[in-house]
Amino acid sequence: MKKILLTGNEAMAEAAILAGCYFYAGYPITPQNELINSLARRMREENRVFIQAESELAAINMVMGASSLGFRVMTSSSSPGISLKQEGISYMAGCQLPAVIINAVRGGPGLGNIASSQSDYFQATRGGGHGDYFTVVLAPYSVQEAFNFVILAFDLADYYRNPVIVLADAIIAQMAEPVIFLKSSFNKKIPPKNWALGRKDGIKKIVKSFFLKEGDLEKHNNILKKKWDRIRKNEQRYDTYRLDDAEYLIISYGSQARISQEAVDILRDKNIKVGLFRPISLWPFPERFLKNISKKVKKFLVVEQSLGQMVEDVKLALQTDDIYFLGKAGGGIPKVSEIINFIKKI
Amino acid sequence: MLKPPKSLEVDTHYCPGCGHGIIHRIVAEVVEELGIKEKTVAATSVGCSVVAYDYWDFDCCESAHGRALAVATAIKRCRPDLVVFTYQGDGDLASIGLSETIHSANRGENLTCIFVNNACYGMTGGQMAPTTLIDQKTATTPFGRKPELGDGWPLNICSILSLLEGVGFVARGSLFNPKEVLRTKQYIKRAFVNQLENKRFSIVEVLSPCPTVWNLSPIEALKFIENQMQKIFPIGIIKE
Repeated sequence: MKKILLTGNEAMAEAAILAGCYFYAGYPITPQNELINSLARRMREENRVFIQAESELAAINMVMGASSLGFRVMTSSSSPGISLKQEGISYMAGCQLPAVIINAVRGGPGLGNIASSQSDYFQATRGGGHGDYFTVVLAPYSVQEAFNFVILAFDLADYYRNPVIVLADAIIAQMAEPVIFLKSSFNKKIPPKNWALGRKDGIKKIVKSFFLKEGDLEKHNNILKKKWDRIRKNEQRYDTYRLDDAEYLIISYGSQARISQEAVDILRDKNIKVGLFRPISLWPFPERFLKNISKKVKKFLVVEQSLGQMVEDVKLALQTDDIYFLGKAGGGIPKVSEIINFIKKI
Repeated sequence: MLKPPKSLEVDTHYCPGCGHGIIHRIVAEVVEELGIKEKTVAATSVGCSVVAYDYWDFDCCESAHGRALAVATAIKRCRPDLVVFTYQGDGDLASIGLSETIHSANRGENLTCIFVNNACYGMTGGQMAPTTLIDQKTATTPFGRKPELGDGWPLNICSILSLLEGVGFVARGSLFNPKEVLRTKQYIKRAFVNQLENKRFSIVEVLSPCPTVWNLSPIEALKFIENQMQKIFPIGIIKE
């Protein structure tokens, strides 16, 4: 198959087109600008709907409106903009509306900077907005995966009627790699959207998350809980690298996993038995698999572009505090040499 | 007696003398008279009319506070064959959602916008709205709205929107007597017909009584609209 050189942002835009995304609304913010720029051209070339919204608030609520009709919808932003979108994401989770939301994460808090960071892990994996809910979170570590995961995200969103976040950091969004335009790997049958508005079946439909009557919201939340349980059971995704006989296990995701992978190779050359565990679904966190893998491992090192966020999920999964952590915040990136030195020290 | 339209489903839960019931009914009548029930979708809002979708017998999408016009924009863009309208109060449309109001109007979205102005936040217990009159007492202006204290002046949405190229129709109606109710209905009908004829953004502001928050009897509340509100918010067609 033909390979095309694309940045992560461009690849994610093309993936949305291939996945049948019919509506996109976004607002400019670095480092995701190539995404909105690409879709401004591509959506109109394909006779689909593109809107440059007046704000991230408007963008996410436009996405909600288009989703209520049953169309495949997407928006993208970077950290501060994703914070603004959280209310809308919460509404969509409450209304059970599918949507794909891309976050090209940059440094924070506040305006932070525009360098790559993984500091939105908590926000992405704990719902992010108000209320008791989760969004599926997929973290690509290459441009090819960024492409694949956007397509997968559309299928997961439709299948579970829930927003799905593609958590791509600034490195993944900005770097260029060859991409093959692969179709979806999702093999479950997506049910028809009988809940969608604007259908000519004569049945009135309401899309809502508001349940004022006593007990109704609790009932609704319990229905949602069953969905979260199903997702936890079925959608844990991960990858491993040079795991056989590993005594040290590095755990990283996204662009950091690429860097950690290189450290694994160098350490293996020095006969140090190191492997890599790479969560792909950050929510649901691949706890089952990490637990199984962990039996022969003596020491665990979590490496993140943050002050320590995923490390909490690793501790929860392994039921221990005996986990080493190497992280940098504010656009700092743990380097190969730093990872090697850390492993040698422990 | 006048039979309620079939598109109006349930008895009112609004306070005695509230204007929402009348405006809900007008919308339902217009939708029925135009024969567009099967293709009408409302983007509802947050405020007293948050459960407007329980009243109407057509599809409705909830919207977050202030975002109904963003939701409606996307619905109409994706499905131009649908008739799409928003139903928003003054807090929703003129305060928290002002950005969506201005920008959807300025893009010339082919939408119908029903803007219910009762000069206060009804649902949350009667706080100051952007449309609250000078010296009007509310929960957050206990001594009256005072521009000199930084409370600002009543915001005239229709005047602002009438300046925009994207706006095709602007009118302000009132509910203070049956004649004005009928005139308001004509405005609302026109705002829907305009959408069917692709005439860009149409908005009808309705001066609506809130006797509970205003601390007036229903009749006194109608007189307040006639004698106070209409001086600041003159009724009639502002742009066509």
